[in-house]
Amino acid sequence: MSMALLFDGSLIALILAVATWTIAVRNSFAAVIGYATYGLLLALAWVRLAAVDAALTEAAIGGGLTSVLLIRAVVRLRPTESAARAETPGRVSRLLAAVLAGSVTAALALVVLTLPDPAPTLAPQVAEHIASTGLGNAVTAVLLSFRAIDTLLEAVVLVFALVAVWTLTPDDLWRGRPGPRYDLDENGMLAYLARLLPPLGIVVAVYVLWVGADLPGGKFQAGTLLAAMWLLAIMAGLTEAPPISRRWLRGALVLGTVAFLVIGFAGVPLAGAFLAYPEGYAKPLIIAIEAASMLSIALTLGLLVLGPPEQGP
Amino acid sequence: MTVTASTLYGLCAAALVGIGLYGLIVNPQPLRKILAFNLIGSGVFVIFGVVARRGAALGMGGDPVPQALVITGIVVAFSATALAVALVLRLHEMTGAATLTPADVGPPPAQ
Repeated sequence: MSMALLFDGSLIALILAVATWTIAVRNSFAAVIGYATYGLLLALAWVRLAAVDAALTEAAIGGGLTSVLLIRAVVRLRPTESAARAETPGRVSRLLAAVLAGSVTAALALVVLTLPDPAPTLAPQVAEHIASTGLGNAVTAVLLSFRAIDTLLEAVVLVFALVAVWTLTPDDLWRGRPGPRYDLDENGMLAYLARLLPPLGIVVAVYVLWVGADLPGGKFQAGTLLAAMWLLAIMAGLTEAPPISRRWLRGALVLGTVAFLVIGFAGVPLAGAFLAYPEGYAKPLIIAIEAASMLSIALTLGLLVLGPPEQGP
Repeated sequence: MTVTASTLYGLCAAALVGIGLYGLIVNPQPLRKILAFNLIGSGVFVIFGVVARRGAALGMGGDPVPQALVITGIVVAFSATALAVALVLRLHEMTGAATLTPADVGPPPAQ
């Protein structure tokens, strides 16, 4: 057995153990911490699968942002823990659930073992046409050129999710600020980190966005980083989340989608198709879309974590 | 048949979907159900990753199309999770409910 296979085997065993623990542990807070660990381990698995872009996204969103969201929620739901635990289904239901889950796993395993060989792949088509985009990172080329419609719709989904979260606002707090008020502890560690890290985080985010054209990175990873820096400053009490009624905020939230649509429709007269880029201008246009989207994504992700308004404007 | 690394990750993904499905059914707390659902989702994403890895060609480590779809998927899964968490918190705030069983739902709040 080679070293690499040994590493893969150990990583998979660890991932499965943490996943099982996340489901089985009684304390929900422990489960959420388990999930954060799981996200980071999974990012390693993505690296082993040669998908570094996906690894960055998984670490930032799966391991980072989702965990922040869940930790905030689990602390609020703590009083319900013991009442909920009493409703754990009986032995027979658990056994049936295990049989069902086991058969789904067995079916999927069968599919994995019988995947067609040689594997179908679109890599040659991507390699053939990537020169027309001026990009070096094939994943970015797929996201913003070959399958740009998916990415456009995803930007719309993000905004819709935020609108749906905001609809849960109690009537009297409509137009208010999202999330609770965080008190500033001038000499606290959190305030110190919230002053120290954001300048570094912003530089790294811009770098990740810029190299995303040619190397792993891009607007999602950069946007998540910016969102994390913003949340850090808010949670340390250094700044407040803006009231959701602000026009600049609403404009900024749809900036990425609007830029994407404008450039997409401009492709109809200029390049002959929706979301087609004129010859020679593909890269600058893609970077413009990515920069605008990064800002919108950062704001949307941050506000999704903060949830509906809980304070007046 | 030789067991390659990508096959191992594929089997891992299949197990993750099963673990998540079991947790989704058995755990009564809505937050734990959301967690379990995310495990199922990540298992599906890893299967995409395995399909991408098997399609490696021309110096690319994997087929970039499924990889790009996974990135989109992770972001959409996050936004769905955020919405689900907001719903659970609002439900708890309004009714004090700990689980999703109907008997647990209290009277609607006074208007």
